[in-house]
Amino acid sequence: MDVYLPIANLSVNGLVIIALGAITGLLSGIFGVGGGFLTTPLMIFYGIPPTVAAASAASQVTGASVSGVFAHSRRGGVDYQMGSVMVAGGILGTGIGAVLFKLLEQLGQIDTVINILYVLLLGSIGSLMAKESIQAIRAERSGVPIAARKRRHHPMVASLPMRWRFYRSGLYISPLAPLLLGMGTGVLTMLMGIGGGFILVPAMLYILGMSANVVVGTSLWQILFTTMATTMMHALTTHAIDIVLASLLLLGSVTGAQIGAQFSQKANPVKLRLILAVIVLLVAARMAVGLGYRPDEIYSVAPL
Amino acid sequence: MSRRFAPVLALFALVLLTGARDPILVPEISQHEVDLQQGFTGTDLLLFGAILTPEGSRAAQDYDIVIVLKGPTQSIVLREKQKVAGIWINAASTEFRSAPSYYAIASTRPISEIVDDKTAAIYELGLKWLQLSPIGAFDPAEQARFADGLVDLNRRHGLYREDEGGVTVSEQVLYQAHIGLPSSVPTGTYTAETFAISQGRVVASASSQVEVRKLGLERAVAHFSNDYGFAYGVLAVFISVAMGWLAGRLFALV
Repeated sequence: MDVYLPIANLSVNGLVIIALGAITGLLSGIFGVGGGFLTTPLMIFYGIPPTVAAASAASQVTGASVSGVFAHSRRGGVDYQMGSVMVAGGILGTGIGAVLFKLLEQLGQIDTVINILYVLLLGSIGSLMAKESIQAIRAERSGVPIAARKRRHHPMVASLPMRWRFYRSGLYISPLAPLLLGMGTGVLTMLMGIGGGFILVPAMLYILGMSANVVVGTSLWQILFTTMATTMMHALTTHAIDIVLASLLLLGSVTGAQIGAQFSQKANPVKLRLILAVIVLLVAARMAVGLGYRPDEIYSVAPL
Repeated sequence: MSRRFAPVLALFALVLLTGARDPILVPEISQHEVDLQQGFTGTDLLLFGAILTPEGSRAAQDYDIVIVLKGPTQSIVLREKQKVAGIWINAASTEFRSAPSYYAIASTRPISEIVDDKTAAIYELGLKWLQLSPIGAFDPAEQARFADGLVDLNRRHGLYREDEGGVTVSEQVLYQAHIGLPSSVPTGTYTAETFAISQGRVVASASSQVEVRKLGLERAVAHFSNDYGFAYGVLAVFISVAMGWLAGRLFALV
């Protein structure tokens, strides 16, 4: 099935793109992450220009997180107050990200920066997740449960001025902390085309100390609106969103997300986390190797 | 009376002096419009025509035919990756004022056998002779390295092509060549120039044009994205939310 992409200016096999969306959708359904960390590199690998890939990936993450947000909000699993502060931060972050994107593009270093960011982020988060899930599996086998970590926010968060009460999260902290967190992921969303779920969830648990039952729902809420803002930002600045490409990706990913979600209810969550950690580490390793090897294309062209 | 015939006489004298009468070329292209739309995966253009004497009869002489199809030129930055501190990053760059977005050349024989380097350079016959207009002064070796890099990159992407022997001439009158356009072909007005060459001298040339354009939905999307960024973004957001919501609804029924 040949499909001509009007913004990317090339013809692709539509089924490949749908399959690509389905793989990331499956991941997002099973693991509760956006899956953007896989979409962008895979699309670039398939030959889609990096800017178009990053710009179109964000809308796919939006689609994959919509049904998750509905599900969690019905269960009361979204702290709208906390979420809105983070979304405000996220929108600021996409603005900053857009400026950085332009700047790095002019310098010709956007690809390298994106790659290094991927290696650092995926590498560190992946190792953390792997370590944690191995500990959990060991605990399960030996029958000795790990001592529950005391829920507490980071001391640096406590030192920030002006405290608000976040009832659903069970917190009395400065709104600056979630604002900054949202801002950070906003920048990453704009630069890398990822939702940032795999950074947000641990940060909300261990830095903000939010109560676990609202963490996933609230992070999805933040991702939903931040990726929307990213899409808008790309539409206004880079003009690189290919709506045909995005629709094909969405078709695969929303379907994959639903199938993944049903699968995840039956599977062992601890093992799932270990599998996700392995996937994340593999992507990081592949990208790290890619940085050191002589690339296929030494030269690249950009319009003046 | 004599004044009216003066130019004709002069022309006649010129023909007598040069000893040969230059032929004329009548070029044609299989299609003057290439539409980029759904289902477009690249296309093949047939460039053909006739070699005639000025009177319109068969030239009946062997000419070498060279056909150059050239897309609109653009200003570009070409970046070069080098290994710095263990990783490959864009370390050097140069700017070209007039890099053709597409360039294909087809000829009856290798260009080097048809014309000398000087003529090839003047008429830009061959990828070696592209006039890229680099900006800023630097040494010729570096300039050549960048130009080679650009040519190699575009050649592998099917945007620069050289087909020595791609032109066939039948009965000394009809010439034809197939030139391919990849699916990633840029839009714009393309010029097809045909040269008839005899003994290293370009004796006739003629040009025609091809319009490569987006059509229908594809054109509308490209325009919409560029001119109405905000509305385009809203549409993209709407599509993604609607599809996510719809999938959730449908699967709830299953």
